Amino acid sequence: MTAAISMSEVDKAFGHIKALSGLDLTVETGEVHGFLGPNGAGKSTTIRVLLGLLRADAGRVELLGGDPWTQATDLHRRLAYVPGEVSLWPNLTGGEVIDLIGRLRGGIDTVRRADLLERFELDPTKKSRTYSKGNRQKVAIVAALASDVDLLILDEPTSGLDPLMEAVFQDCINAERDRGRTVLLSSHILSEVEALCDRVSIIRTGTVVETGTLTQLRHLTRTSISAELSDVPGGLATTPGVHDLVREGQRVHFDVEAEHLDTALKLLVAGGVRTLTSQPPTLEELFLRHYGDADPEPEPVAS
Amino acid sequence: MTSTTLPDRAAAPATHAGGLGPHPLAGTGTMIRLALRRERIALLSWVLVVVVVASSTVAAIAQLYPDEASRAALAGGIAANPAFLVITGPISDTSIGGVSAWRMGVIGGIFVSLMALFTVIRRTRADEEAGRTELVAAGVLGRAAPLAAAVVVAGAASLLIGLLVAAAWSAQGEDVAGSLAFGLALAGPGLVFTAVAALAAQLVESARAATGIAGAALGVVFGLRAIGDVGGVDALSWLSPLGWVGQVQAFGGNRWWVLLLFVALAGLLLWAAVVLLGRRDLGLAIWAARPGPATNARLRSPWALALRLHRGSFVGWLVGFVAFGAATGAIADSADSLLNDSPQMTEYLAKLGGTSALVDAVLAADGGIAGILAGVYAITAVLRMATEETAGRAAPVLATSVGRIRWTVGHLGFAFAGSAVLLLAGGVVTGLLHGLRSGDFGHGFTDGVASMLAPIPAAWVMAGLAMLLFGALPRLTSLAWAALAGALLLGQLGRLLQLPQWLMDLSPFTHVGPVPAEPTNWTATLILTLIAVVLTAAGIAGFRRRDVAGG
Repeated sequence: MTAAISMSEVDKAFGHIKALSGLDLTVETGEVHGFLGPNGAGKSTTIRVLLGLLRADAGRVELLGGDPWTQATDLHRRLAYVPGEVSLWPNLTGGEVIDLIGRLRGGIDTVRRADLLERFELDPTKKSRTYSKGNRQKVAIVAALASDVDLLILDEPTSGLDPLMEAVFQDCINAERDRGRTVLLSSHILSEVEALCDRVSIIRTGTVVETGTLTQLRHLTRTSISAELSDVPGGLATTPGVHDLVREGQRVHFDVEAEHLDTALKLLVAGGVRTLTSQPPTLEELFLRHYGDADPEPEPVAS
Repeated sequence: MTSTTLPDRAAAPATHAGGLGPHPLAGTGTMIRLALRRERIALLSWVLVVVVVASSTVAAIAQLYPDEASRAALAGGIAANPAFLVITGPISDTSIGGVSAWRMGVIGGIFVSLMALFTVIRRTRADEEAGRTELVAAGVLGRAAPLAAAVVVAGAASLLIGLLVAAAWSAQGEDVAGSLAFGLALAGPGLVFTAVAALAAQLVESARAATGIAGAALGVVFGLRAIGDVGGVDALSWLSPLGWVGQVQAFGGNRWWVLLLFVALAGLLLWAAVVLLGRRDLGLAIWAARPGPATNARLRSPWALALRLHRGSFVGWLVGFVAFGAATGAIADSADSLLNDSPQMTEYLAKLGGTSALVDAVLAADGGIAGILAGVYAITAVLRMATEETAGRAAPVLATSVGRIRWTVGHLGFAFAGSAVLLLAGGVVTGLLHGLRSGDFGHGFTDGVASMLAPIPAAWVMAGLAMLLFGALPRLTSLAWAALAGALLLGQLGRLLQLPQWLMDLSPFTHVGPVPAEPTNWTATLILTLIAVVLTAAGIAGFRRRDVAGG
């Protein structure tokens, strides 16, 4: 099967401001793909290019095997979109908006609609004007999930939801994956991406800087180790790949790069391990690596 | 609702005995600065337009009618013409200042009223609807501060316009007391509509509806004055703040006490607004939104959505046009009876071609106003698309299988068919009443209908222009309003100021001609329609090629 989304070398500028520069993004059919980046990195711009709302200045964009700019309406029958900032017609009820968006897309499954309304605890008879941010977001989510489509494009869909509703949302996305649908989930909520996504692309200032499965990405980062030893080995500080070493009596804390984990552990074992905790790298760390300050120099080891 | 979401706003009581709290005006100064910052360009444009037009009117009248005799002839002739009475009211003094005040009074008052109305609603209900008020209300801000700031800014702008006009006119050599009386009379409707808008903003939850209510009030006020002045029913003019502008009799009687009426009415309305403000919650209104249907099977196409978005305002406009047509049909035939007793007028009428020409002139003048109003509607309907786009509501629709052309066509349908239907409805009502009153139903009916159908293609050109701007230059859509204001000023003042024909020809409404005083100009109709179609097509082409914002 071809990729559901394939973008290469895409540029988009607004006046003098470059929003996207040489962006590459591939989302395979059937996967839940996380699209991570801080505010202003170009996530929403990328999505609007994919929806044919913006025209790319350069590069190749392919969506569900077609060109999103020239074949927008045909492709849109096969996708559903949840905008990051949900703005609704104030004098329409939530139910009416869901019906409208669903029908404009080419049809809505009324059974699923009713089920989703119940699961998200959304009152469809209220005028959109009276909905809170979270409830507006639920309207857009229900409208998207109740349609029978191949691809879901979700732009920070849970930013207004409470944790309970976030859990409902995650269940729904997992169910979509089981149905074989493709999902592009833009987010800066890392736990959500970790819980849902098969693969992740990280975008920074208009360019995708990292892409891969979570496992692959974790290899790029460090594991956190805390240990209590009977005899702290002296060579630890000079072992390549060991960072931020802190020694408190018999206890040591340090971070170690994945490729040097083995060496470091052997040193610890030689020192006689009493307790050991190791924390796998989180996406936070991945994130910090790309968005935090430049990789900090190894600090002088406390003696 | 789940326990972790905020309590739903609609569930909170819509009214309670909370009042305005201990420091209702805390932070008003900051809010005034914010309002001035946000309105600076709009306010500057309003002030400039009114002041420049007012001082060029004085200059033109001084040049064109330099001696008392020529102005007396103008007063006796044109000013007594009911076609003018509809728009300007009677003339009260034949000095240069007096004639200028007569010519500028009502139209200037309308401009100042619109300025005040838009400013207040933008800075109260529109901010509240968008959630911006909530952001500042969480600070040290009295409950009445946003309203107070909007009222102060709009009221001060009205007074500033009045004082600048007074200063400009006295600098041009007009009587100082008369100039001041006129300037303040011009500011009066601004004060009244500042208060009207403040009240309307308390009543409904949407800025659009609040603008509709205040705009309808302006229409009623204009209509009362027009019927009163043309029909010679003084009592009706006295009911209308726009009538008071003339009743001040600047340069003539200088009746300063009339100015107190503006202040009293504005004060009364403001008091009502403040009482209502104390009884409602932020974001809610006195007239609360009701629950609606949970599902709607008819809402299934972009056309159905456009219908839903436009129908409320369209019905409002339709009622307005029917009322306007009824007023025109009812007064048109009294045009000749009003003038028959003056020998000067009989001579003047003979030149024009008899009394029927005078009736035709009234119909044509009202048809011209209706045309401009239909242009306002057409531009509003087209620019609804711009509102939808910037609010982020266009993108989710365009992300479905709806193409850009289909989305556009729904709104354009309302702009084009809607403006035509409004004029047709106004024309039919005019024709019915005028036909019945004139005694020659067939002739009267066709004249009435023709007078309002004639400007349809001109209104379409305004719609086409708005579409072109929206499609090709979306940041400059407000130019459509500038073009309409220009057409209005050319139509109202161009003849009097003897502006060159090429300038007059820039307005599509010039080419329509005064129907039924002149027969419908089919060539112009055809050409204007073609221009409208070309502009619209170019706009659609532009919209297909450009980026869509929001969402």
